[in-house]
Amino acid sequence: MLHMFKRAGMNLVLDVGSGAIHVLDAPAFALLEVVDEAAMRNGQMGELPKELQKTYGQPALEDAFGELCALVHEGLLYGDDDYREFACALGPAPVKAMCLHMAHDCNLRCKYCFASTGGFGGKRALMPFSVAKQAIDLLVALSEERHNLEVDFFGGEPLMNMDVVRQTVDYARSIEKDAGKNFRFTITTNGLALNDDTIDYINQEMANVVLSIDGRRKVHDAMRPLVNGDGSYDVILPKYKKLVAGRDKEYYVRGTYTRDNTDFDQDVLALFEAGFDQISVEPVVGPPEDAYTLRESDIPAIEESYARLMEELAERRKKKDGDFNFFHFMLDLENGPCAIKRLKGCGSGNEYLAVTPTGELYPCHQFVGNEDFIMGDVTRGITNPAMKEKFAQANLLNKTECATCWAKYFCSGGCNANNYNLCGDILAPHELSCKLEKIRLECAIALQAAVLLREN
Amino acid sequence: MEHVKTIQAKNQKQLACKGGCGECQTSCQSACKTSCTVANQKCENLENK
Repeated sequence: MLHMFKRAGMNLVLDVGSGAIHVLDAPAFALLEVVDEAAMRNGQMGELPKELQKTYGQPALEDAFGELCALVHEGLLYGDDDYREFACALGPAPVKAMCLHMAHDCNLRCKYCFASTGGFGGKRALMPFSVAKQAIDLLVALSEERHNLEVDFFGGEPLMNMDVVRQTVDYARSIEKDAGKNFRFTITTNGLALNDDTIDYINQEMANVVLSIDGRRKVHDAMRPLVNGDGSYDVILPKYKKLVAGRDKEYYVRGTYTRDNTDFDQDVLALFEAGFDQISVEPVVGPPEDAYTLRESDIPAIEESYARLMEELAERRKKKDGDFNFFHFMLDLENGPCAIKRLKGCGSGNEYLAVTPTGELYPCHQFVGNEDFIMGDVTRGITNPAMKEKFAQANLLNKTECATCWAKYFCSGGCNANNYNLCGDILAPHELSCKLEKIRLECAIALQAAVLLREN
Repeated sequence: MEHVKTIQAKNQKQLACKGGCGECQTSCQSACKTSCTVANQKCENLENK
């Protein structure tokens, strides 16, 4: 399967099966649009449309045909797209990551919060250390031979329970050597409760920190008010700057875009101007009826934002000035994940579990609060292995709508929770999310191509 | 090549024969965190380089 597209003045071809990416000149691109796979395998170009011959001339077309045939024979064009042989590697697997809901409470009142401003539809609560300790022990027990284990401190707002975060890290560190494990901690925060002490601690212990901020002050303050209704931008910005100034590990400032700021490229640039160079913005997650939720009609404006941002970054990288990392354009073409990982996807409910303050296990943080999805608890472990099996089978090979999609080995079937919440089935991809994913992927590929072509 | 510039030529399927060790980061695709496409992750299996 091929995906042919044009971005930033380039003619691009992704060979879906092999993952190869090519930039074609005009005659080769036009030729590839009219010549089929069989012709290239046989080396017989056949008669071409007269218009094509007139535009490019027979010699150029024959040259281009020869180059395309060579790629077909190398497996880099119309490469084998049958990955079913890896199905045996896709069953239930060791658990290697946990999302600990340290606080089902929050000190902000974000209007788009999917967690009902922290409570996830239930009582406000903090996770006691006894539950966090059991969660760590359970993660070690369920991880079998896995060495690298991730623990994400999440909420609500995890800084509201910072003492237990520290106790949990200390406990995990105290057992990791004997257990033969390597813990990586991450934390996601709204920044409000950061102080010098917690900043130092996070910079020392957390392999990654996600700092929530939406971009421009007016955009941020409109969606992320304090409990008293005032904006939170001016409170958190100096804290984030201080944290990032003292950091030598990964971090992201992370914003949310809604239909109120489909020109989110301006928010990304505002975050860079504010002093950050690791930037992520994400489409809002919310019910279709909410005023801020993205709709089909917003897609052209969103596409323009991604395209502007891609061209801006290409220009900055060309000038070697003002470059920054934008999460949606990150593509590791050299050392990216193996094909089995691409088939597995996120691993929710199989390799990844979320733990509530009272110790229930869910497939991921997005399912928390929907009791149909409780998989067990930290005391008894996984009591619903059928649920784990179900999520293990939510891989790309079983998402039938993905079979004919060119983006499948990059997105792996999307977010299972999003699929369930918006389409009623973890195997059913959400169409709007798919469209956004494809736009960002095309831009990511085009940006890489632009930079690599210039370097070579 | 004159008409085609290949910018990624590693065959992803062939890499899978050394893959599947599971030591890589989980790749939460939820937009409420930072939605990883799996493609922006690094492989942690040194044999798979």
